[in-house]
Amino acid sequence: MFNNGIVQPLWYNGPSPGQFYNFPGYANNGNMKQCHETNNSDSTRSTAMITTGSSVLGIKFDQGVLIAADTLVSYGSLSRFQNIDRIFKINDNIIMGGGGDFADIQSIMRSIDQKMIEDQCYADNIAMRPKALATWMTRVLYNRRSRMNPLFIDVVIGGIDENNEPYLANVDLRGRAFSDYVVSTGFARHLALPLVREKKPADRDFTLEEASELIRQCMEVLYYRDTKNSSQYTVGVCKVKDSTSNQCDVEGPFQVDEKWSFAKMVKGY
Amino acid sequence: MDLDLARDMPRAGFNFDNCKRNATLLSGGFKPPKTTKTGTTIAGIIFKDGVILGADTRATEGPIVSDKNCAKIHYLASNIYCCGAGTAADTEMTTDLISSQLELHRLNTERQVPVVCANVMLKQMLFRYQGHISAALVLGGVDKYGSHIYCIHPHGSADKLPYATMGSGSLAAMSVFERRWKPDLSEEEGKLLVRDAIAAGVFNDLGSGSNIDLCVIRKDSTEYLRNYELANKKGERQLNYDFKSGSTVVLNKTIKDLDITINIRPVPMET
Amino acid sequence: MSFLSIDHFSDYKVHGAQRPDFSPYESNGGSIVAIAGDDFAVIAADTRLSSGYSIHSRTQTKLFQLSPLTVLGSTGCWCDTLSLTSLMRVRMQMYEHTHLRTMTTDAVAQMLSITMYNRRFFPYYVSNILAGIDKNGKGVVFSYDPIGHCENAKCRAGGTAGPLLQPVLDNQIQLKNMNLDEKDKPILTKERAVSVASDTFISAAERDIYTGDFVEIKIITKDGIESMTINLRKD
Repeated sequence: MFNNGIVQPLWYNGPSPGQFYNFPGYANNGNMKQCHETNNSDSTRSTAMITTGSSVLGIKFDQGVLIAADTLVSYGSLSRFQNIDRIFKINDNIIMGGGGDFADIQSIMRSIDQKMIEDQCYADNIAMRPKALATWMTRVLYNRRSRMNPLFIDVVIGGIDENNEPYLANVDLRGRAFSDYVVSTGFARHLALPLVREKKPADRDFTLEEASELIRQCMEVLYYRDTKNSSQYTVGVCKVKDSTSNQCDVEGPFQVDEKWSFAKMVKGY
Repeated sequence: MDLDLARDMPRAGFNFDNCKRNATLLSGGFKPPKTTKTGTTIAGIIFKDGVILGADTRATEGPIVSDKNCAKIHYLASNIYCCGAGTAADTEMTTDLISSQLELHRLNTERQVPVVCANVMLKQMLFRYQGHISAALVLGGVDKYGSHIYCIHPHGSADKLPYATMGSGSLAAMSVFERRWKPDLSEEEGKLLVRDAIAAGVFNDLGSGSNIDLCVIRKDSTEYLRNYELANKKGERQLNYDFKSGSTVVLNKTIKDLDITINIRPVPMET
Repeated sequence: MSFLSIDHFSDYKVHGAQRPDFSPYESNGGSIVAIAGDDFAVIAADTRLSSGYSIHSRTQTKLFQLSPLTVLGSTGCWCDTLSLTSLMRVRMQMYEHTHLRTMTTDAVAQMLSITMYNRRFFPYYVSNILAGIDKNGKGVVFSYDPIGHCENAKCRAGGTAGPLLQPVLDNQIQLKNMNLDEKDKPILTKERAVSVASDTFISAAERDIYTGDFVEIKIITKDGIESMTINLRKD
C-alpha cells in the first residue's frame, strides 16, 4: 500500500521479521519478478562450469593455516590460463582458496573486496575474522542454491580467529560448511586428504614444517594424478605474528619436484 | 520325455533370453534388485623379489555393508593371483573361469603359465562383453620373465605397471604409492607400503573397510596373508542383549505324530 | 540478453565441462538416536560428515543445544541443517527478547514444525529429532519428517541408520515383542538409556557406511546437560 510510486516501501528487499532471506515464491513485491523467472521452466540459468580451477588444499598447524592451489585455470580440457593465483589474501586475518567456476570466484571476490573496504572504513582496528567470512559465504551460497542459481564454487577459508586460534573451513556451492584440521576441494579430497590424515599425530597439531612438507607432497601427487592440475602452485600462509596481530601472505609460485625415473620400468604389455 | 528335458537344458555361456523383457520393465520404472558390489580398495606393486597384492574386505549393497570380511584376492594359478573390484559375482566368476582355463592351459603345455597369458585371457573376455561384466582387476604374478602387475578395466583395456590400484578407494591408495613407491623395495618395505595404501582406502573411502588382506608372490613361493591386519575392531557393547527364554509368546501348540510308511520296490537298472 | 545462453553458441560448448543438472540437495549422512525417560532424555548422534564415498569431517557434531533443556539432532542435507538450526536459534532469541523467558521444549517442538512446513514446497531435506525436558519436568522426544510433521515418541532413530536402529529401540526401550513378566522388565534408567544408545551406534557403525568415527551423547536433565563421546569404527 506504500508502493504508490511516490512513497517508498518501508522495508524493501530485506528479510521479513524473523526470517533471513526471501525464499522462492515467498518473497514480497520487489522480488516477485525474479522469482517467477527462476521458477520458469524454460529459463536458462548457469548450469555449467566453463572456466574452472581445480583442487584447493588447506592444512591447519599449531600457529596458523596453509592453503595451497595450483595456478591453472582450465577451459574444459584446455589448460587455458596457466598463471592465475587462486589463493587470495582477504585481510591480515583471512586467506581464501577458490576452486570451481573461476568467473564465480572472481564475482564473489569482488563482493568480498568491497566488504573489506567497508570494514576498513570503520577504522576501528577491528578486522573481519575467518569464521565470520565463512558464515557469510554459507548464507550467500545457500541463498543462491535455494534460488536454483548457484555459484559453482568450492572454497577453503582459513585464518586466525578472535581467540587467536587457527581456523580452517570449507564452504561448497550449496552452502554446506564445516571446519576441520584439513579441508580440501576437488580431486584433493580423494588424493590429498588420505595423505594428510595418515600423518596427523593424535595428540597434537601439525607444526609449520610438517604442514608445508605435506603441502609439497600433496601438490606433487595432485600434479601426477589430476589431469586438470599444473606443476606450479601457490601457498597462502596465515599465522599469528604476536598477541595483537597476524600475518597473511601468498607465497610462490612454487614448482612441483617431478620424478619420472620409474618411467623406464613401464614397458611391454 | 527325454527330448523335453534336453530342450530345457540351457546352453553353455550367458543366457540373454530376458534382455528385451528386462529393458521394457526398466523403462516402465521397475527397480532392479541390487547386486553386491565390492566398493573396494585393491592394489598391487612390484618389489625386489616379486609382487605384493593387497585388498580390503568390505562388500556393500548400496549404503549397507553386506560382508564385513570377504576375500577379494582370488587364486588364478599357483604363481598368479588377482584382486577384484566391482560387482562381486562378476569378479568371482571371471577369475574362477580364467583360473580353470589357465589350469587346462598348464596341463596342455606342461609348463608354468606366464602372467601375460592370464592378462590376455581376462581382457579378451571382458572386452567381449563390452563392460557389462563389471570387473575391475589388479592382476599380479611372477613367472620366468619376471614380476608383473596388470591393471584391467571392465571394458577390457589393460595396463602393465609397476604399481596399480583399483576400486572406489583407488585414489587414496594411489596417492600413497605415488609418494612412496620406488623400484627394488624390500619385502618388508613392500608389505608396509601396500598395507598403508589399503589402509588409506579403508579409512578414507566409505566403500572400503574392515580388514587388510595381502598376498606376496615370490619367484618360487606364494604367501596368502588373509587378514594380515585387523584394521578395525568392533566396539564393545555395554549391555547383554540375550533374550530370556520365553520372550517370544507361544500362541498355540499342536503336536502331530508323523505316520511314515516305507515302501521298498526294486527297480531294474537301465541298460 | 537474458534469453541468450550457451545453447545458442554451440561452437563454444565444451565437452566435459557441462554440469547436467544442478541438485540443491545432497545427503551428508549420519544418524541420531533419542530416548525419553521419566525425568531425563538422552540424545546421541555420530560425528561423521560425508557425501558420496568421501568423509569430509570425522568430528562434526550434529547435536544443537537450543536451550538448557532442549537439544536438536539434525542430519541429512548439511547445508539445510545449518540454515534450519541457525534460523531456530534466531527465532528462539527473538522469543526470549519478547517474552523474557526461554522457550519450553514443547514450544520449540511446535516452532520447529512450523519452520519446516514453511518450506513445504522446497523442503529442508533433514531428519530432525528433538529431545528435552518438558514443562512438567518429564523427558520428551519429538521426531519430524522433512516437511514438518511432528510426532511425540518415547524413543526414535533417524538419519541414514534410522531404519536399522528403530526396531532395536522399539524392542529394547519400549519392550515391543517381549513377553516378559512385570518383575523381569528392565527399568529405563539414565544409565540403561545411555548404554542402549551407544550400543545401537556400535552396531550401526558395523553395517551403515555413513555412520561412524565417534558418537556424541547428550543426557538432558532438569539440572543441565551432560555430554560424552565414545569411539566408533573409523572405516
